[in-house]
Amino acid sequence: MMLSGDEDEEKWLAEGIAGVQHNAFYMHRALDSNNLREALKYSAQMLSELRTSKLSPHKYYELYMRAFDELRKLEMFFKDESRHGVLIIDLYELVQHAGNILPRLYLLCTVGSVYIKSKEAPAKEVLKDLVEMCRGVQHPIRGLFLRSYLAQVSRDKLPDIGSEYERDAETVMDAVEFVLQNFTEMNKLWVRMQHQGPGRVREKREKERNELRDLVGKNLHVLSQIEGVDLEMYKENVLPRVLEQVVNCKDELAQYYLMDCIIQVFPDEYHLQTLETLLGACPQLQPTVDIKTVLSRLMDRLSNYAVSSADVLPEFLQVEAFAKLSNAIGKVIDAQVDMPIVGAISLYVSLLTFTLRVHPDRLDYVDQVLGACVKKLSSAPKLEDSRATKQVVALLSAPLDKYNDIVTALTLSNYPRVMDHLDDGTNKVMAMVIIQSIMKNSTCISTAEKVEVLFELIKGLIKDLDGAAQDELDEEDFKEEQNSVARLIHMLYNDDSEEMLKIICTVRKHIMTGGPKRLPFTVPPLVFSALRLVRQLQNQDGDVAGEEEPATPKKIFQLLNQTIETLLSVPSPEMALRLYLQCAEAANDCDLEPVAYEFFTQAFMLYEEEIADSKAQVTAIHLIIGTLQRISVFGVENRDTLTHKATGYSARLLKKPDQCRAVYACSHLFWVDDQDGIKDGERVLLCLKRALRIANAAQQMANVARGSSGPVVLFVEILNKYLYFFEKGNTQITASAIQSLIELITSEMQSESTTLDPAANAFFASTKRYIEFQKKKGGAMGEKYDPINV
Amino acid sequence: MNYLIGAFKPACNISITFADGKNRKQISIEPVLGKKVEHNGVKIELLGQIEMYFDRGNFYDFTSLVRELDVPGEIYERKTYPFEFSTVEMPYETYNGVNVRLRYVLKVTVSRGYGGSVVEYQDFVVRNYTPPPSINNSIKMEVGIEDCLHIEFEYNKSKYHLKDVIIGKIYFLLVRIKIKNMDLEIRRRESTGSGANTHVETETLAKFELMDGAPVRGESIPIRLFLSPYELTPTHRNINNKFSVKYYLNLVLVDEEDRRYFKQQEITIYRLQENS
Repeated sequence: MMLSGDEDEEKWLAEGIAGVQHNAFYMHRALDSNNLREALKYSAQMLSELRTSKLSPHKYYELYMRAFDELRKLEMFFKDESRHGVLIIDLYELVQHAGNILPRLYLLCTVGSVYIKSKEAPAKEVLKDLVEMCRGVQHPIRGLFLRSYLAQVSRDKLPDIGSEYERDAETVMDAVEFVLQNFTEMNKLWVRMQHQGPGRVREKREKERNELRDLVGKNLHVLSQIEGVDLEMYKENVLPRVLEQVVNCKDELAQYYLMDCIIQVFPDEYHLQTLETLLGACPQLQPTVDIKTVLSRLMDRLSNYAVSSADVLPEFLQVEAFAKLSNAIGKVIDAQVDMPIVGAISLYVSLLTFTLRVHPDRLDYVDQVLGACVKKLSSAPKLEDSRATKQVVALLSAPLDKYNDIVTALTLSNYPRVMDHLDDGTNKVMAMVIIQSIMKNSTCISTAEKVEVLFELIKGLIKDLDGAAQDELDEEDFKEEQNSVARLIHMLYNDDSEEMLKIICTVRKHIMTGGPKRLPFTVPPLVFSALRLVRQLQNQDGDVAGEEEPATPKKIFQLLNQTIETLLSVPSPEMALRLYLQCAEAANDCDLEPVAYEFFTQAFMLYEEEIADSKAQVTAIHLIIGTLQRISVFGVENRDTLTHKATGYSARLLKKPDQCRAVYACSHLFWVDDQDGIKDGERVLLCLKRALRIANAAQQMANVARGSSGPVVLFVEILNKYLYFFEKGNTQITASAIQSLIELITSEMQSESTTLDPAANAFFASTKRYIEFQKKKGGAMGEKYDPINV
Repeated sequence: MNYLIGAFKPACNISITFADGKNRKQISIEPVLGKKVEHNGVKIELLGQIEMYFDRGNFYDFTSLVRELDVPGEIYERKTYPFEFSTVEMPYETYNGVNVRLRYVLKVTVSRGYGGSVVEYQDFVVRNYTPPPSINNSIKMEVGIEDCLHIEFEYNKSKYHLKDVIIGKIYFLLVRIKIKNMDLEIRRRESTGSGANTHVETETLAKFELMDGAPVRGESIPIRLFLSPYELTPTHRNINNKFSVKYYLNLVLVDEEDRRYFKQQEITIYRLQENS
């Protein structure tokens, strides 16, 4: 029967464990009877189980742990000389009689640890001997575990400062020497693992190697725990030695892991002081090493360290951390020619993050990083790699997040240059990020210059870039983008009207390049922004009219007129119309009759020439009516002209109900409920009557065309208008007229041919209730309503 | 019933006693059951013999000394004879090999005219101590198979005493084969006879694993082999033209296909005065 590899391994492991247990049993018996010879024999046999080559590191570890536990008991026995009656020095020789190397060395390490404890010999000598003898095991897995055992048993026996095994000042160096040597040897074994066995299981082996890496890394941890390793020693001795090994092993996995280890286990302060050495190793690593992660971690740590306490910041300055890091990154990028651009960029991102955290005040550093990035980017064609683009976005976003203020970013000269290297899509994404940042922080961009830079940054959104494939654009995305731009325009603001005007001009200059698709989105906010300026000017004192003053309402209105005109070419007449009306209203507020009139003229011309759709016409005419109603600046003549036009257009709408509604709306043009508003009751009535006529006509048309009665709701609506003017004291509107209208509606409703319209019924019913209510309320209004019967 | 008891037994018991290493060596002869023992004389011989197993029963005495202890007569009761061989030359150590034995023996003969002489043997062991050699060079050698394996090994001495430690190292200059392990063997080569009749017997007395796994170029592997656990004898060179015992260190590398690559070096073993 064929067993799969895993089952086989399980079986072998089980056999190994059984072997360990079996011999451990006899070893215990020997220990109990203080029989040294037997104890040595069975412990050696037990350890022989570790000679297997069949287990994967994972399984081997399991077996090792079993043996490890047993060795602890043996060690206890060795410690107690009264039990075995042999001097420790003789015991140290005795265990070396074992014929097989692996059991021999395990036993030697075990006795060695007792030997050190006994202080019969200097720890240094014993450790040196042990670490040297362990060379005999060259098999990677077995060697790694053996040396890891050595590291384990010697850990608390290193002649460290303050340790009981310390003899003089020199001994710390011995401890370091020992750990370093063990580390070096372990790393060599670990690296060698990769070259063993057939190539096809390479992947599996990489995985296995990865499982073993902590055995190697532990040595570095031990080193970091040695008290005696002060900065001086670390700098002069430990780090160079470790790095030498890291660089020389020429192994990708090891280099990556160990660099990371170094960064993680030693104190930040050491890193800071040895930055040059540490970084110097980076360009020497294998080109495939993921050095960017290593460096990012280093920078992360350092930046955390920097923010941990204000006291350490001077150190950073003193060692010129930024310059060194920046330099190192440059070198790494130069050295690793094959490094994908994404790697380079992410390095810059890390450096930038570091800079932002450690030297938030040094914008020049930030700019420098961006500059380096530009340099790197410009050496390659436009970015294609999506991951790289993402990194660039991250790079560009970092300062925004940090400063919460785009204004800062705007002062970075390299910022737009980096953006230039993005593809159009990403450019837009980045522009969106910028806009969102502005929105989120409600940053106000207050000078024309900054606005200029800003628009340069987001030009991807403002205009079509060369060769952009427009048809691929997602409509929704496009809207989203343009809406953002629109929102952005509102964030450009300065209290100083002169500057504000400059801003507006700048914005205008940019958005005019946007093309027909963008203008409908971008012009309105600009217009409103300008109108806000107008109002602001108006609220200021009256001197604004001075001709030298550049920011006069008149001037702005001229500008607006031109701006809105562009919408005609788009074409977006409805939008233009609305904007004209807005401007007219603003002009009204500024008492600029000719300007307002001009805007109205434009609006009407638009209505006539551009707005053909009947629905649009309805909306437009209502807007016109509404605006016109509120405007007070016009003299009688102008007003007449305009109201006349409005009523005329109302009556010429296509559908009767629309006509009717527009016409009764016109009635308000003659009755402005202001103190000195126009109050022309007669013409109001005329309008209402005309509306009634149209409603009637609509009714009849419906009868003829469909055999059912038309919308009664029109009558109810007109009734409401009647009631409004009645209440407002228009004497032309009489109670009897209302009464007859009510009756008319009632009869219409009861007519056979009327289609049942619950909404109209409800509307009518509540209107009647209102009348009842007014009657009951009494007072002047009650009296007025009194004659009306419902 | 057992009338014959004692009939085929020697007529007397002989015991040989060394009271200490130097003096008062004596033998005593005690007749069985109070019978008297008639004899034609009592003598003691000291013999140094080399016995070759394949040459059965043939001894070559390289030393032979005789002391007459008594003139012919009768022994009625236990009688004790002191004896001494002074200034005997015992140039060779006692040796018990595969094919050869070198022994020293004291032989007491009570000669009798009839019933045969009564003979008693007493072996004793001779050890010869050697002072530490004045010249004791290390063994250092570079060996290899072209483009395959080059190693350099070094043993700290060429002459070791019996409780010595072999210290050394193996330095790998080139490794192109997949080595599984490396052992150091102690081999004893015993050659007996001479000329066409030479018999050579080689035994591996120690097999000591030096290395587990495959080293890479530049690796150096330490050697530390304690000789005390092994039953070694000093090197014997051409003992009385009869035999030689030589020791060799055999460095064996085994590759993954179980092919063995080895290099053998002779070492000299000597006996050192223990308390010196």
